Amino acid sequence: MSSFTLFFNKLSFLFRRNRFRSELDEEMAFHREQSEQELIASGMPADQAHMAARRQFGNATHLREQSHSFVAFRWESVAQDLRFALRQLRHNLGFALTAIFILALGMGVSVAIFAFVDAALIEPLPYFAPNRLMDVAENSTMFTRSNLSREDYEDWKRLNHSFSSLDAYSGTGYLLRTPSGPEPVPAARVTDGFFSTLGVRPILGRDFRSGEDRPGGAKIAILSYGTWQKRFGSRNDVIGQSMTLDGDTYTIIGVLPREFAFAPRANAEFYVPLLDKSECESRRSCHNLFAVGRLRDGVSPQAALEEMKAIAAQLAVQFPGSNQGQGAAVQPLANIIIGPVKPVLLTLLVASGLLLLIASVNVASLLLVRSESRRREISVRGALGATPIRLSRQFITEGLLLAVAGCMAGVLVSKWAMTILMTLIPASVAINIPFLSHVGFHVHSALFASAVALLAAGLMAVTPILRLSFLDIRDGLGDGGRASAGRFWERIGANLVIAELSIAVVLLVGAGLLGKSFYRLLHVDLGFDPTHLATLQMAAPSKSYPKPEQKLALLREITRRLSALPGVQSVGITSDLPVQCNCDTDWIRIVGKPFHGEHNEVDERDVSPAYFATLKARLIRGRLFTEDDDASKSQKVVINEALAQKYFPGEDPIGKRIGNGNLDPKSLREVIGIVANVREGSLDEDLWPSEYEAIYFSPGNFFSIAVRTSGDEKAILPVLIKTLHGIDPNLGTYGEITMIDQINSTQSALLHRFSTWLVGGFAGIALVLGVVGLYGVVAYSVSQRTREIGVRMALGAQRSTVYKMVMRQAGWLTFAGIVIGLVCAVGASTLMDKLLFGVQAWDAATLALVAVVLASASLAASFLPAYRAASVNPTEALRAE
Amino acid sequence: MKKPDLLPGTLDMLILKTLSRAPLHGYGIAQSIKRVSDDVLTVEEGSLYPALQRLLLQGWVKAEWKMTETNRRARFYTLTAAGRKQLGLELSQFEQMMAAIGRVLSEPV
Repeated sequence: MSSFTLFFNKLSFLFRRNRFRSELDEEMAFHREQSEQELIASGMPADQAHMAARRQFGNATHLREQSHSFVAFRWESVAQDLRFALRQLRHNLGFALTAIFILALGMGVSVAIFAFVDAALIEPLPYFAPNRLMDVAENSTMFTRSNLSREDYEDWKRLNHSFSSLDAYSGTGYLLRTPSGPEPVPAARVTDGFFSTLGVRPILGRDFRSGEDRPGGAKIAILSYGTWQKRFGSRNDVIGQSMTLDGDTYTIIGVLPREFAFAPRANAEFYVPLLDKSECESRRSCHNLFAVGRLRDGVSPQAALEEMKAIAAQLAVQFPGSNQGQGAAVQPLANIIIGPVKPVLLTLLVASGLLLLIASVNVASLLLVRSESRRREISVRGALGATPIRLSRQFITEGLLLAVAGCMAGVLVSKWAMTILMTLIPASVAINIPFLSHVGFHVHSALFASAVALLAAGLMAVTPILRLSFLDIRDGLGDGGRASAGRFWERIGANLVIAELSIAVVLLVGAGLLGKSFYRLLHVDLGFDPTHLATLQMAAPSKSYPKPEQKLALLREITRRLSALPGVQSVGITSDLPVQCNCDTDWIRIVGKPFHGEHNEVDERDVSPAYFATLKARLIRGRLFTEDDDASKSQKVVINEALAQKYFPGEDPIGKRIGNGNLDPKSLREVIGIVANVREGSLDEDLWPSEYEAIYFSPGNFFSIAVRTSGDEKAILPVLIKTLHGIDPNLGTYGEITMIDQINSTQSALLHRFSTWLVGGFAGIALVLGVVGLYGVVAYSVSQRTREIGVRMALGAQRSTVYKMVMRQAGWLTFAGIVIGLVCAVGASTLMDKLLFGVQAWDAATLALVAVVLASASLAASFLPAYRAASVNPTEALRAE
Repeated sequence: MKKPDLLPGTLDMLILKTLSRAPLHGYGIAQSIKRVSDDVLTVEEGSLYPALQRLLLQGWVKAEWKMTETNRRARFYTLTAAGRKQLGLELSQFEQMMAAIGRVLSEPV
């Protein structure tokens, strides 16, 4: 018979399935009746004959199944299992929903975090062969990575053999002329080969050509995709058009692709060639560039570093004044782009993994409890002829069904979690994290999710089978095996609970340490009062204000007009606001001290007379600048405590003089005052020596304004801008923000806040899951021991004894969980010490607090079952059996 | 006395052979095999039914409900043409096997 006709016969049977069953049942019944009658006819008593006929016939259920399996398609039994599984889960909806919810939560969170890790750490940078791209920079004793000077860059480019191309970039800003007035826009100056080194081609127009970056070259610009859309309406005829930057006319020659992003200068709207040397770039000692190099085939990063170091050493010999102590730093470009977020992401990945683990353990113990309560059912089904394989298949089907539902829900949760995580990142920060635009449910995350789903399915299928294989059918039927089976489950269940509690402890300790770091970070001594401080940055067009006296007049006018505003207490002007960076540094030399050409690097700031008063920074000795400290007087300098301690140990710096490396007479300035350290760099950086010069002495075109207000500092920001434009509509203003917001949005604060909240959230969920797990174990064990407790109480045990008995079990589990957890937590926290600030991994207060929190939560969770146990009515408990 | 187990794979053949004489219901088939073999061959009666379903599916037998002599409704199985062919095939295979076994056993030691 061909398999084709067989298939159709099966198909015809499928449609007559009910009839098939009833016919089979009827003829089997007929058969038994005939045998019975025959036996009675041969003289057997009726009741015996009935039994004998049945025995002779065999297990009818089993035979029916067997007959059915001949005519049925294989998937029919799967469908049957599935139907039964669905019915089971619907019957225990609470259990099913809990398991699915926990699984979805654990999976969703970890998949979402993985999507971020994938976008940041696994997906390559969006450049051609990105692993061959190196960040090339100088370094010195104070900086592991510092800017290149233009002359050094040109020598490095000429002398090296490691890189097939080496290109430099530098952030800058221009006042763009727009119909609504001048607008400051961020931009970047790059060398001609910058885009070809990255392997990026403009989608419109052309790239810079070789030689177009030389001083005196034509003023041309390439637009970022966003700028092309926003400012030029995505028009194709934009190529060849001109625009006005800082009063100069630039011709647009190209538009970059939409996916192009260069994190070190992510917000640049325009890219222009390096062209003319700025004042800084004409000096070898002034550093303002970074470089990107593409390694030649076969050259390792290490070899490139060695070569660049050798070149730097050669230049140090050649130009000792500027290059002594200046080394080279070469590292993969990916390092500097994703470097700061890497420890955060890895920590979050581990934390979400732990959450997933605790969720799985929780679901596994739920399944165990359930398989325990289904012992009877399994035994009955086994006795009725279900084979062990068939029984296992039923449980696997149920487990898989749960896993599939949980994982599908998990994917939804992960998408939802990704959206939420995205909204947690402020837009101003997001623009500097280009990988965020690639976060999503992609190939890698889908693979990750499938792996998680597979593990979950395996876990959910195997757990009850593991339990089943230990089960003796007769035990289940007789219910006499309760003691042994109960003990078995208690042992596994208890171990699972200890694991859950330990993981919860690890996450709680992690969250506690991160929280404490975050608190410490936000409470570092700033050296000034950040409240009621409004700040903004300004650009004065050099065309309108070419001369120093014009700039000075502008600064004085700004101070006067802003100070006159209602609610303004004082106004300070500076070259750089505090809590930005240890940057814009200067090399100093103290007159009368031994000097061997070393680079004494200090932060250099130009400030107005009222600046320190506006910040409420503290003057320690001497005096501050006055209105008279301008170019008509000799140059003065105010130093911070750190500088005084480092360069004037044990002496009075007031009246001493500071100059540049060769003590050029024009560079000499006299120390007139010492202020308490104002934190110039970011919150988690060390305090640096800083010098403050009078901005009235040599005013620039770019500066920042700090305004101390009596009322709401946020509300005054638009008023400030309006007033400034009232002075001169051509002034560019940008970056208006309150000092508190500015501090909160610094990268270090954001990274700490992000990790604190997320790990804290995970820890909270873990705590709940762990404690619920504990409750489950204790409550189960109480329900199993109801009879025992009844006997004890009937024999005279006090309620307090029963309480003690139950609480002792819970206490022991909690204690084991806490101890194991604390040990693991210290180990785990040591691994994330990069994220800790001002707190040690073994911080006793945090560890103690976590132990107390977990212990009290556990105590509360086990009190309920203990109370139930103690209120057992002995008579009822004994009668129940 | 313990009765010998049925040779594996022979149940189908016994059923087909029994039905080749006359249509019978399941109980009748069991009784007939028992009687004809002088009580030597007994099938575990229930196992007849899965086998019958298999034969039905293959199209070697067909079934219809009829009344018995005692006026009870019973399902009677009839051999089909395909079943007769199948019986011939199985018989010849079985005979070949028996002959082979006989030759091996009659070999002088």
